[in-house]
Amino acid sequence: MHELNLPLTAEDIAGLSAYDQVLLTGTLYVGRDQVHSLLYERLLHNESLPVDLVGQAMYYMGPSPAPEGKVIGACGPTTSARMDRFSPLLLDHGLKVMIGKGPRSQDVVDAIKRNKAVYLQAFGGCGALYASTVKSSRIIAFEHLGPEALLLLEVVKFPAIVAIDSRQGSVFAY
Amino acid sequence: MKLAERIQDALMHAVVELDEPVLDLIQRAYAQEERKPAQAVLDAILKNLELAKETSLPMCQDTGLLLVFADVGRTCPLSLASIEASIMEGCETAVQQAYFRRSIVDEPVFDRTNTQNNLPPVIWWNLVEGSGLKIQILLKGFGSENCSSVRMLNPTGGKEAVVEAVRQIVQKAGGKPCPPIFVGVGLGGTMDRAAYLSKRALLRDVREANSDERYAALEQEILAAIQTLGIGSGGLGGSITALHVAIEQESTHIAGLPLAVSINCWADRKATIMWKEGEDA
Repeated sequence: MHELNLPLTAEDIAGLSAYDQVLLTGTLYVGRDQVHSLLYERLLHNESLPVDLVGQAMYYMGPSPAPEGKVIGACGPTTSARMDRFSPLLLDHGLKVMIGKGPRSQDVVDAIKRNKAVYLQAFGGCGALYASTVKSSRIIAFEHLGPEALLLLEVVKFPAIVAIDSRQGSVFAY
Repeated sequence: MKLAERIQDALMHAVVELDEPVLDLIQRAYAQEERKPAQAVLDAILKNLELAKETSLPMCQDTGLLLVFADVGRTCPLSLASIEASIMEGCETAVQQAYFRRSIVDEPVFDRTNTQNNLPPVIWWNLVEGSGLKIQILLKGFGSENCSSVRMLNPTGGKEAVVEAVRQIVQKAGGKPCPPIFVGVGLGGTMDRAAYLSKRALLRDVREANSDERYAALEQEILAAIQTLGIGSGGLGGSITALHVAIEQESTHIAGLPLAVSINCWADRKATIMWKEGEDA
């Protein structure tokens, strides 16, 4: 088990291999389909982004509403493959860690290697489990997207498994 | 209790806790799976279910599209309009009170504006014998739904073609639908009817096999074929990819063998409401 602080350093990422289990503490951004589409369009047109992605982690997730007195609702990962179109460009612009569930395209695998990044798999469907790791949640941009808005989360001991490491080692070899 | 309140209660329970037979299949998979990464996934799922129960949070943030099956007795004294009103009221209140995610957009292609209340549900009406009413609601997550599929097989393909088609569909899904999965297979009818039947198959109690022995054996054969794929829990490799396979079959045309597969994630959430004549409505 690797207990790591976010944002991950280059050494942290280099030290991770497929199947390693990690516990992450620190801040990560949250964005899914629409956020990816919007960030991608802005990068294509050389427009500025509402966040600086360099060195950061992006969690593919859209939470259920926070009940009164709670920081967030259920907040497990969504399927990463839908982000495959957009991820290589984001990685080329400095994103280092992606967290979601399920396999990625070859283009994403190549971009992970090229940028010395890493793809982590969170436990799919485990919304209540992940809620227990979130200490704060703040909307950063695209509030109109509701559950798909871009968020910044502060997490403690957020569990995940290294799915594709920076040397193309992968758990998806079946 | 009014029908709308019973629907609301059943939904609020289903979004937090799995039915005992479903939970039992996950626990058995945890006991049987020998690969460590898949074990870690099953362990996380079981911990998650305990936490959901403790905190009353939805077990999964994708609280799903509400897919309603209303089986109405031919002599049921309730009007379809009043049943529909109860379904809408029960769904709307449950969404608010149990903090369902607002996951529904009003049209699929252009603005995709969120309806902000997780409505409307999809409602299927079906006439059955008797004077009662049975409402079953699937909380259908879309990570798994995106892996569902329809094939129009050759009528002479037989069970080999059926097994192979399901195997291919599940293989293509891989780790995307949050395995271990539940598999509903619809056979016969037309393209759309097979799809409907595949959803009805997901509604069946996971302790029950198809009432036709041949189809019950085919369910087992498909399950065995899926397990050989080695996808495993979380797609991390393992001996258990599916927890249950159910088939629903119907008459079809001489020229066809429609097949549909509906995949459900491990969070196989269902609400069932039985209403009898004389009860509050």
